[in-house]
Amino acid sequence: MADDAEFESVITDEMQAQVGKEHEGGLSEVTTTSVRMFARSVGYDDPVYYDQEVAKERGYRDLPAPPGYLGTPVFDPRNSDPTFGGRRGSGPRIQSPYTLVLNGGTDVEYFDEPIVAGDTLSSSSQLESLNERYSAALGGPMLIQVSKTTYTNQAGAVVAVMRGTGISYGPKRES
Amino acid sequence: MADQIYFEDLNEGDSIPELKKNPSTQQLVQWAAGSGDFYQIHYDTAFAQNTGLQGIIVHGALKHAFLGDLLHRMAGPEGRVKRVTCSYRGMDVPAEEYTLRGTVTRKYQEGAKNIMEVEIWGENEKGQKTTPGTGTVTLPSRA
Repeated sequence: MADDAEFESVITDEMQAQVGKEHEGGLSEVTTTSVRMFARSVGYDDPVYYDQEVAKERGYRDLPAPPGYLGTPVFDPRNSDPTFGGRRGSGPRIQSPYTLVLNGGTDVEYFDEPIVAGDTLSSSSQLESLNERYSAALGGPMLIQVSKTTYTNQAGAVVAVMRGTGISYGPKRES
Repeated sequence: MADQIYFEDLNEGDSIPELKKNPSTQQLVQWAAGSGDFYQIHYDTAFAQNTGLQGIIVHGALKHAFLGDLLHRMAGPEGRVKRVTCSYRGMDVPAEEYTLRGTVTRKYQEGAKNIMEVEIWGENEKGQKTTPGTGTVTLPSRA
């Protein structure tokens, strides 16, 4: 077998041209029910995520979103992805030739204005970088995409910036 | 919530209180509903195996949220979590103990803010750090 670390690049000029282009994303909603559901699913035990009186005593307008929660994408079967819930075709569109995907990492930065129940967040995304590397663990090359999404609340305040690293690998799709 | 930790109470090199999780398949389903992410590798064994995995794996974003919980407990009622960053270096499976830990790496003030930077990670039962990262927390001051 040839050297495993050698592989043919799958990054096309078309893909590279997407880097840095800003795309409008969909809306996500933060509600009392969604905050409680998210907090419960992680195992947060601070009553600030469940009891509105406690939230108000601590200076929040309503239940705050726990770290990790940036609202639930507004679902509409006419244009939402049935698996991931977000709007189909929103955000940077790179068609990786690889058919398997993994989540490589998450980075979320929060700002002074908290995210609270009652907020509707709008998002704007860009593909920040595109790289590829041989992965010994995956037994082949992988394509690494970092996307940056900025979340803004209904009052126009930037409340979070999320960077997600997406990894694709494995068999190539039939073109 | 534990008692409030103040900026003066922690120094560079100090460990923060650890947090243990033991994500069940039920918790993964709750997470799917809570986050809106219904990718089948997190609840459907046959689907997961068809993608080459040995079975169901814990969502990366759930492990990121676990680290958020670790830092939120450190921040206490008066502090705030400002940033949570992690890489997914290894897969974790349900029904295994997963321990979240952290060590303060930098302590500084910026304007009125008392800021702690923390090296954080989640580790599996074998002690492998599958989810290394960093966090930033603001804490109240006793002053």
